[in-house]
Amino acid sequence: MTSLTVIRRRAGRWALNGAAGLALAYILLPLIFVVWLAFFRQEIPSFPPEGYSLKWFAAILDQRKFVDGFSLSFRVGVLATAIGLALGVPAALCLVRYNFKGRGPLANLLLLPVVVPGVVLGTAMYVFHVEAENALDVDVLGTFYALVAGHIVIVIPWVVRLVTASLVGVDRAIEEAAQNLGANAWVTFWRITLPSIRPGIVAGALFGFVTSFGNLEMSLFLVGAGRTTLPIVILQYLEWKIDPTIAAVSVIQILLIAIAMLVTDRYVKLSRVV
Amino acid sequence: MARLEIQNLVKRYGDFHAVRDVSLSIADGEFLVLLGPSGCGKTTTLRMVAGFIEPTAGHVLLGGQDVTQLPPWKRNAGMVFQSYALFPHLTVAQNVAFGLEMRKIPRADIGKRVEEVLALVRLDGYGGRLPRQLSGGQQQRVALARALAIRPDVLLLDEPLSNLDAKLRQEVRVEIRELQRQLGLTTVMVTHDQEEALTMADRLVVMSEGEVRQVGSQRDLYERPANRFVAGFVGRSTFLDGTIGTPGHFRTSGGLELKCTGDKTGPAVLSLRPERVEIGLVPLEGLDNRLSGTVEFVSYLGSLIDIHVRLSPADRLVVQIANREGGFSPDVGQPVHVGWPLSAGQVFTT
Repeated sequence: MTSLTVIRRRAGRWALNGAAGLALAYILLPLIFVVWLAFFRQEIPSFPPEGYSLKWFAAILDQRKFVDGFSLSFRVGVLATAIGLALGVPAALCLVRYNFKGRGPLANLLLLPVVVPGVVLGTAMYVFHVEAENALDVDVLGTFYALVAGHIVIVIPWVVRLVTASLVGVDRAIEEAAQNLGANAWVTFWRITLPSIRPGIVAGALFGFVTSFGNLEMSLFLVGAGRTTLPIVILQYLEWKIDPTIAAVSVIQILLIAIAMLVTDRYVKLSRVV
Repeated sequence: MARLEIQNLVKRYGDFHAVRDVSLSIADGEFLVLLGPSGCGKTTTLRMVAGFIEPTAGHVLLGGQDVTQLPPWKRNAGMVFQSYALFPHLTVAQNVAFGLEMRKIPRADIGKRVEEVLALVRLDGYGGRLPRQLSGGQQQRVALARALAIRPDVLLLDEPLSNLDAKLRQEVRVEIRELQRQLGLTTVMVTHDQEEALTMADRLVVMSEGEVRQVGSQRDLYERPANRFVAGFVGRSTFLDGTIGTPGHFRTSGGLELKCTGDKTGPAVLSLRPERVEIGLVPLEGLDNRLSGTVEFVSYLGSLIDIHVRLSPADRLVVQIANREGGFSPDVGQPVHVGWPLSAGQVFTT
């Protein structure tokens, strides 16, 4: 009887590990191929590779649109994340700390942008910008700030969600303790509450930035002439040719995000927040 | 340290009265314990003193100054929280120093004061640790040190021992009490644990349903409970329901005729402490009330034995005896005699 139980338990573990391995391979395989492809020598991707080269990485720098796109995506991402934090952290505080009418719907509304398809969001944003331009009589559509404004909307859900998760785990009594010891509401927030929810803030900022940096669908509606984000540059390039330059760009993108995650993980255990 | 005055404090949440008209006066250096079941308003009262809850009506005076309208950070009250509420991202020393920094005390003095206070709670050398690296008992002492560091006018303890295991709790009780005496701290503690309350307090306040039921010493509460609630909550009592027809004559609902004290009449309960009732196999001499009954249930508690005696179909009495060598040892179903002097019974009209 015991041996049968052992065998069964072992079989169960094998099945579980197998399934997990398969899922992991499914996720990782395309990434591995992209990275591999970036180092192929020949222009047309075909197997087996004729040889290996770093020339595609050098090719990126020769094309201004990649450099410009990267720079724009980076600036938009940083600004949208900063503003998203300034709006999302107080919003999360209100949602967790205060019980008010319409709290549930408001929480859902703030999380909605991750659920709504990017195309829908982009269209809505586009129409809104056109209307705003007409009403205000200033340039809105296709400007840098309009693009940032759009990205703030997709950053906020991450900030709200992760900061909320962090806040729920904070003992309210520590804030009372701070006030009891002489800290006013403002000092309490800066010295006690904020450090306690730092993991959520860091993780929210990271995921918000990554989301903004990689966003394609919504950005398609918001970019202006001569002002395209990196994902759009990649898409446009792919319409003309398929050579390993794109793979090289992707490798750099993957590397940057991986480094950001690893650095963040040193300060905040991401597995604990997400 | 200062005296604390609570005047006609009321807290209402909609129709719910959390605290109804509580007035207390705590002398300089006194250890007062608010005791009661959960939801009795004791914690709400404490939190109103600390300033976390705004009273619906009434006043809190600290050292003669009305602090009712002051926010928590402007009251010099040190509080120890049930969860300790240590700042998890700060070291022990930084936790203790926090209140001193808020008071803009020079850095050099802060370091000295932190060391003094940590030594006071026997945590010297632990200043560099983080709270999560400490045991529950040590965390509790840090919380105490943090509250003491600011030299508060009053020390507020909110169930400070409830998260410690039973053995440690007994030690910490004595420690806190000795520290409080040594420093002459005006202290208010909230607890639902009556043993804790009885061992630590100078004076106790029994609360239920938002009201003060009785204020007094341990002896007052035990020997002269003011009402049925206190008689049942502090220590144990057996209650016999009945009526008093003429003063001094109590008739139980089971029809037993008993003698009682007092000059009240009408429906009442007779309250008896289990250890004040005598029990034996032969009729007991020289007692005002003498009855016979049958042993219905026995709990053996080691040093004590509880004997439940059926006196009539409607009346049952608990008698507690010391477990002595060769002493009375009852069996279920055994006929016994019980009795008590007039002074052992207490009557509350209902």
